[in-house]
Amino acid sequence: MDVMPKWADAILIPLISILLAFAISGLVILAIGKDPIEAFRIMVTGALGSSYGWGFTLYYTTNFIFTGLAVAIAFHARLFNIGGEGQATLGGLGVALVLLAVPWPHWSLALPAAILGAMLFGAAWALIPAYLQAKRGSHIVITTIMFNYIAWALLTYLLVEVLKPAGQQSPESRRFGPGAELPGLSDVLGLVGIPFSSAAPVNVSFLLAILACYFVWLLLWRTRLGYEIRAYGHSETAAAYAGISATRIIIIAMLISGALAGLMAVNAVMGAGRLINNSVENAGFIGIAVALMGRSHPVGVFLAALLFGFLYQGGAELALWASIPTELIVVIQSLVILFTGALDNMVRMPLERIFLAFRRSEREG
Amino acid sequence: MSYMKLALGSAAGLAMMAGAALAEPALMYDLGGKFDKSFNEAAYNGAKRWAEETGNSYREIEVTAEAQRVQFATRLAEGGFNPIVVLGFQNAATLEEVAPKYPDTTFALVDMVVDLPNVRSIVFTEHEGSYLVGMLAAMASESGTVGFIGGMDVPLIRHFACGYAQGAKAVNPDINVIANMTGTTPAAWNDPVKGGELTKAQISQGADVVYAAAGGTGVGVLQAAADADILSIGVDSNQNHLHPGKVLTSMLKRVDNAVFNAFNDGPEMETGVHVMGLADDGVGYALDDNNASLITDEMKAAVDEARAKIIAGDLTVTSYYDNDSCPALEF
Repeated sequence: MDVMPKWADAILIPLISILLAFAISGLVILAIGKDPIEAFRIMVTGALGSSYGWGFTLYYTTNFIFTGLAVAIAFHARLFNIGGEGQATLGGLGVALVLLAVPWPHWSLALPAAILGAMLFGAAWALIPAYLQAKRGSHIVITTIMFNYIAWALLTYLLVEVLKPAGQQSPESRRFGPGAELPGLSDVLGLVGIPFSSAAPVNVSFLLAILACYFVWLLLWRTRLGYEIRAYGHSETAAAYAGISATRIIIIAMLISGALAGLMAVNAVMGAGRLINNSVENAGFIGIAVALMGRSHPVGVFLAALLFGFLYQGGAELALWASIPTELIVVIQSLVILFTGALDNMVRMPLERIFLAFRRSEREG
Repeated sequence: MSYMKLALGSAAGLAMMAGAALAEPALMYDLGGKFDKSFNEAAYNGAKRWAEETGNSYREIEVTAEAQRVQFATRLAEGGFNPIVVLGFQNAATLEEVAPKYPDTTFALVDMVVDLPNVRSIVFTEHEGSYLVGMLAAMASESGTVGFIGGMDVPLIRHFACGYAQGAKAVNPDINVIANMTGTTPAAWNDPVKGGELTKAQISQGADVVYAAAGGTGVGVLQAAADADILSIGVDSNQNHLHPGKVLTSMLKRVDNAVFNAFNDGPEMETGVHVMGLADDGVGYALDDNNASLITDEMKAAVDEARAKIIAGDLTVTSYYDNDSCPALEF
C-alpha cells in the first residue's frame, strides 16, 4: 500500500521542492546584494505578466514538452534516453531537408511533411543505440550520449559544407520561404477573438505539443503496446514470462522517444524559418529534468515544461532588467532541477513520516 | 509647500534620469559569454574604456539562448537605448528583423554585414592579419611545420586559418601547415584542455609554432606550447604577456576599438559597412617587450613590407568567403 495519497506524491512533493529551490535562490540573490522579492516580481511579470511574456514562455515550454515526453516514454521502459539533444538535432535536420526540398505553397501542407521528417530523423537517430542496447547490451546512457556528439558534428559538417548558401558567413541554411512559415499562436487565438502578442515566437506547434501529451497518455495507458512498455519497465523477467519481447519493447520505446524528441524541431527549426547549428540549446537535457519532475506522466510533463519555460523567460527578463548576471539564472534553474530531480527523497521521506503519523492517529482516534 | 517642492524636485530628477537612460548605449554579447578571454571580452573592454573615459554608463546583456537574440535586441530598442551594438555573425538575421522596426535607433553589428540604413556593419580583415602572423610563424619555424588550432568549425575560423596558411606558404612554399578545429559546438570556444591536447598532437607531428584562433580554448593552446617549449601565436587581444618569450606574437583584432568608436559616435554615427583592416590597425600583429627577442629585424622588415603591400593593394590575400574554399589549405 502506498504511504501517501496520489495527490501528495504528484503535487505536494514537487511544490515543496520548488518552494525550497526558490527560497535558496532568494538567499543567493540576497547574498549578491539584490532584492529577491523584486527579482521574483520581475520574473513573474516578465514571463506571465503579458501575452508577449507568455508567448516566449510557451515557446520554450513547447520544446520542453516534446523532449520531456521523449524522456518520459523511455523511462516507462526503464531506458534512460539522454540522447534527446542529438535526436532533436537530427529532427531539425529532417525538418530542414523536407522544407528545403520543396517550395511549399502553404504551411498546412508543409506542416505534416515537416512533422514526418522530424519524427523520422529523430527516431532513426534513436534506433542505433536502441539496437545496440537490445542486441548487444551496450548501455543506452553511454551510446545516446555519444550519439549527441555525432549529431552535432554531423550537423556542423552539413551546415558548413553543404547547406550553407555560398559566400555566407554564418553557418545556417537558407530560409525555408513564406510557404513554410508557421502561423503564430496569435493568429490562432485571433480566430476566436483573443488578442495575443504577435511578436513572440510561440506558434501552432504548441498545440501539437498538447496533442502529443494526449497521444502519449493514450499510448501508455490505453493500448496494449503501452501496457507492454510499462510491464517491461516494472519487471523485465515478469515481462519475459508474459511473453513480451525485450528487444521489441526497447526498440519501439526508443523509436517513439526519438520521434518525440525530433518533433521539437517543428517548433525550434520550422518556427525559426531556417536551420542553425544551435537550435536545440540543451532542451534535450532539460527534458530529463522535466520528465523526472513530471513523474513521467504527460500531465506532469506539461506542468514541469511550463515551469521551465517560465524559468527560461523569467530568467531572461531578470538578466535584462535587474542586471543580475546570467550565471545566477543558471543557478536558479539548477536549484530547481536539483531539488525536484535529485533531492526528491529529502522532501519525500519527512512527508511520508507526517502522513504515516497522521494515519496512525486517525486509526487510533 | 516644501513637500510639493520635494515632490516636484524628485519628479524632475526622475525625468532627468529617464532622459539619461534614453541616451545610454547598449551592448549585446554573443553566445559564449562576456568573459571569454577573446571576442566578447574584447568588446567588454572597449565598452568599459568608453565608460571610464566619458563617465557615462551603458547597458549590457548576454544572450544565452537563440530565441533571445531578437527578444533582447527588441527590448533594448524599445527601452530607448541608442546606439545598440550587437556582437557576432549570427546576429545578422537578428538585425534584419529588428532594425527596420526601429528606424530611429542606430545599430552596430560586429563581424557581419547587414544592408540597412540604420545599421553600421563592422567587419575585420582577419585573413590579412592572419597572413602576417603566418609569415612570422614560417620564418620562426625550424622544423618546417606550423600548426593552426581553431575553435568551432565555422567559416569565420576557416577564414583565419586560410590567411595564416597563405602567409606561411608565401615565406616557405614547402611548409607543412596542420589545421585542427576544437569542436563542432559552441563549447569549442571554451575548452582549454582539448586545445592543449590538440597542441600536443600537432607538436608530435613536428609543429614548432602553433596559432590559436579559438577564444578561451586558446589559453590551453598557449599553455601547452609554452610547456613543450615551442612558440605559439595568440589571437584577438594581445596575449604575448601570457607566456613572455614563448608567444611569438598575437593576431590583433580590435573589437574593443569597434565598440569604443560606436559608443563614442553615438546615435548619429555613420552607418554602412566599416571595414577595419591593416591600414587603420583594426587587425595587425602585436609587438611588445614580451616578444621583442623573438622577432628579428629581418622578420619585422619582411612582415612590414607585406603589410604595406597589402594596404597598397599590390598583394592580395584570398578570402575564404570568396568561394568557400582556401587555395593554401584543405579542411
